[in-house]
Amino acid sequence: MTSKEVVRLEDVSAHYDGVPVLEGVNLSIYQDDFLGIIGPNGGGKTTLLKVILGLVEPGRGRVSVFGDTPEKGRKHIGYVSQYSLFDRDFPASVWDVVMMGRLGKTGPFRNYTKQDREATLRALEAMEILDHRDQQIGKLSGGQQQRAFIARALVTEPELLLLDEPTASVDTPLQTDFYELLGKLKERMAIVLVSHDISTISIYVDKIACLNRELYYHSSKELAAEDLEAAYRCPVEMIAHGVPHRVLKEH
Amino acid sequence: MLEALQYEFMQNALIAGLLAAVTCGIIGSYVIVKRMVFISGSVSHASFGGIGLGYFLGITPIVGALFFTIASALGMGLVTRRAKIPEDTAIGILWAMGMAMGIIFIGLTPGYPPDLMSYLFGDILIVPPSDIIMMLILAIIIILVVVLLYKEFLALSFDEEFATVVGLPVERLYFLLLILIAFTVVVLIRVVGIILVIALLTIPAATARRFTHDLKKMMLLSILFGGFFTSTGLWLSFELDLASGATIILVSGVTFLASLFLSRLRLMTGVGRG
Repeated sequence: MTSKEVVRLEDVSAHYDGVPVLEGVNLSIYQDDFLGIIGPNGGGKTTLLKVILGLVEPGRGRVSVFGDTPEKGRKHIGYVSQYSLFDRDFPASVWDVVMMGRLGKTGPFRNYTKQDREATLRALEAMEILDHRDQQIGKLSGGQQQRAFIARALVTEPELLLLDEPTASVDTPLQTDFYELLGKLKERMAIVLVSHDISTISIYVDKIACLNRELYYHSSKELAAEDLEAAYRCPVEMIAHGVPHRVLKEH
Repeated sequence: MLEALQYEFMQNALIAGLLAAVTCGIIGSYVIVKRMVFISGSVSHASFGGIGLGYFLGITPIVGALFFTIASALGMGLVTRRAKIPEDTAIGILWAMGMAMGIIFIGLTPGYPPDLMSYLFGDILIVPPSDIIMMLILAIIIILVVVLLYKEFLALSFDEEFATVVGLPVERLYFLLLILIAFTVVVLIRVVGIILVIALLTIPAATARRFTHDLKKMMLLSILFGGFFTSTGLWLSFELDLASGATIILVSGVTFLASLFLSRLRLMTGVGRG
């Protein structure tokens, strides 16, 4: 059961405008992990992903991605950000957007190759949105857009998939579909999923970590109550958010 | 229009207008979809510093403007990317500083420059052939770069973060786009003038965007709109003896508003039927 370590964070701290967002984070991600990271909003989840991707420079600590620096190692990572950031009127079709995942493979000054087009076709098929290939990206429903962005991450042929709040705008019945889809993908790659929604995430992932500036993780699905209380600081607030304690203790 | 075209200055004016249409159709599309309208406005106003520098050094003002505009576009890029000040603040500062430098340079130059107003408000009827050659070269460079880096610029405009992750040199591409915007500004100065450049950089592309969801088609369509705006504006200004730059802009603006009105009308009648 020796599995390759793909990402390693040692004592990583990061700041935004002098405010600490991550403190002393140690984390190892292995090639067959399906890891869910939960934590309150503003707890540093997105920053953690961006540190792994080399988009945020940590103030302290060491980050190794596929045995290299994040800037070099990130070509093995497929990244799906919180999707709500783009302009709904942007003149690009689903096909155009998914194809962007091939940019790193094709290189500048030349057109996409047959291989690029085939990879795009396969990803659209896998995500079951091939029928929407010629539609404008902003005109798709939230769930379909999510699938398009995962397809865009998949055409990079990643060994690690990072998903930031992937179900934030997907209706609850569709979320089950979505997690089943991830269940298929985890055969092929490591997946790290970040969410503030504890109850859904905990059913599907294999391992779970809790992040609120500091990371609480035991490389398993077990989370001690004191970890959660430490991460969320205030249990009363959690109940106010509609997340009862016992949901987590059961695991 | 045809009889007017027997004059050489009208032929030159038409060529200048069409070159302007090509550059603003291509680069204007990026300006619209990447929301760079005010950065472009700032770059175009800052180019006045280059016009002033040209007078001061005794070189062709438009050549002074070319180098000064490239420098201010790159300065703009560096300040907004590296320094931690809000983009709109940097835009306001550069906008005013460029104009101020232009005024100082012109003040330091003996005498009063005779064609200053034509740089500010454009005068397509007095474009000299040497300027047309420069406009043509700039237009060719713009077309070549965009053809070679089309997919990279598309990804840059859509999602910089993802483009970075897949390995594009995002910052360098952004600076290159700023340089192309500077080129376009220089092409447009002769046609509509520094103050009105921003209109020709935005209106054709914004109008085109209402008809298509494909960036390539948007570029082609906005070139057509730009050609229509400049040639119609040129003809009207000739017939009615009006300022050419301002007439071109008013033709553009009225067409854009009409397209808005028409689609609103279509929407209303559609709702009525449904």
